[in-house]
Amino acid sequence: MTQLGLQLQAATRALADAGLRPPEIDGLMPFPNLGSAEEMAASLGVRKLRFAATINMGGAAPVASLRAAAAAVTAGIATHVLLPAGWNGYSGRRARETVAMEVHSIPGGAIARDYYFPHGFVAPPQWYALIARRHMHEFGTTPEQLGAIAVAMRKHAQLNPQAVMRGKPLTLEDYLASPMITAPYRLFDCCLETDGAAAVVVTTAERARDLRSRAVFLMGAGAAQPYPADDIATRPDIFETGLTLAAPEAFGIAGVTPADVDFAEIYDCFTFEVLQQLEETGFCGRGEGGAFVQGGRIELGGALPVNTHGGLLSEAHVLGMSHIVEAVRQLRGDAGERQVKDAEIGVVTGWGDFGDGSIAVLRR
Amino acid sequence: MADAPTPPLPTLAGLAGEFYGWCKKHELRFQRCTACGTWRHVPRELCAACGSWDWEWARSSGRGRVFTWTVAVRAMHPAFQHAVPYAPVVVEMEEGVRILSRVTDCPPDALEVGMPVAVAFDDVTQEVTLPTFRRAPREE
Repeated sequence: MTQLGLQLQAATRALADAGLRPPEIDGLMPFPNLGSAEEMAASLGVRKLRFAATINMGGAAPVASLRAAAAAVTAGIATHVLLPAGWNGYSGRRARETVAMEVHSIPGGAIARDYYFPHGFVAPPQWYALIARRHMHEFGTTPEQLGAIAVAMRKHAQLNPQAVMRGKPLTLEDYLASPMITAPYRLFDCCLETDGAAAVVVTTAERARDLRSRAVFLMGAGAAQPYPADDIATRPDIFETGLTLAAPEAFGIAGVTPADVDFAEIYDCFTFEVLQQLEETGFCGRGEGGAFVQGGRIELGGALPVNTHGGLLSEAHVLGMSHIVEAVRQLRGDAGERQVKDAEIGVVTGWGDFGDGSIAVLRR
Repeated sequence: MADAPTPPLPTLAGLAGEFYGWCKKHELRFQRCTACGTWRHVPRELCAACGSWDWEWARSSGRGRVFTWTVAVRAMHPAFQHAVPYAPVVVEMEEGVRILSRVTDCPPDALEVGMPVAVAFDDVTQEVTLPTFRRAPREE
């Protein structure tokens, strides 16, 4: 199925779940570079498209779009907003190749072209591995700690019928024995490349009560950029991400703290980005992420289950939209074997480009 | 066997063109704000620290220290297939700015945070010279 077809399939299923017909949609927020609102609206029979926008934050776009869509429906400039995301990440061009081949696909593309690519610094795992290496130097973070993240995601995938890696368990020994890709990242530090799509529908809480669907509520959200956002290699505070600014804002609006959160779906393009986002979101202090992820703390049954679906690392790479879908399933109590008991509040984050960050605090 | 694809080269337009123009003369220069004295890299139109549009291309000492790096084992661009393993390195210069480059005389496994390095230049084509680094003696 084509990239557009996958997204339309996810969109129609999300609309059916919401109890809406496609023509009732009047807002569309496609993922950057993966399809236009115009072609999606035409295919779905959306004749009154009042609000179409794309947030240019790479993998942080779905959660940032969740915030923008909430603002749009609250302000009355749209009634029901559809957020689709999907791609042929496996059968088409691989995710790892995208940036070097399409320099304008990211906001920092001109800097990458002129100052990174000539030195062979061409792809996301290389960019982020720099930060991981420096974190190891400053805080003593270890490969075993990164491995604990890979192992936790894989454990969760065993409980998810949709996960690509279901039936393929992973031990810490397997992780440490896996080939180096771009040090300190090994094969199992890296996410999957997948054909897949997911979609979410956003409307006001009041209208949601009239729909068939069991709505999940957005308590607070944030989306921001690190500084400078277009240059990751020379950023003065190399550990800063968009979440550094966005997370306190989101928790402030929600009126809760990280301690109140029952589970977190953290954008896991690579293992270290999970650790870094846990720190910058405030689940632990900067430099404490390594210890935080060990001892089963981020596994189901632990203090903060992370990526209960298996994430990009072990479920599928669906651009972070799947993280929102998983949070909805958890908060509805529909997560089956991997259900977090009595889940009331969940956090979803996004990470994109050179560290753009987004976060949503959701409740049932 | 086919030749390896040409490595990606910088555009030589605008401020990037000026930066690489100095590199072609084997001089490493960064922008320095002439109002507040702040050094900056990558090149920008105005000073983010004070807002001034006045700046000069000030010559760097060329000395710096390794700040962080990654060792690319798996090539992610066809032009670097024959270069692996290699290490893109961030160097923190004495002037305080950082630059993404490589340390060409150091095996990736021997890199260390804080390792002193000094600029060298790699004339990759007739038009383009890249700033690279070599190991430098440790100073007191």
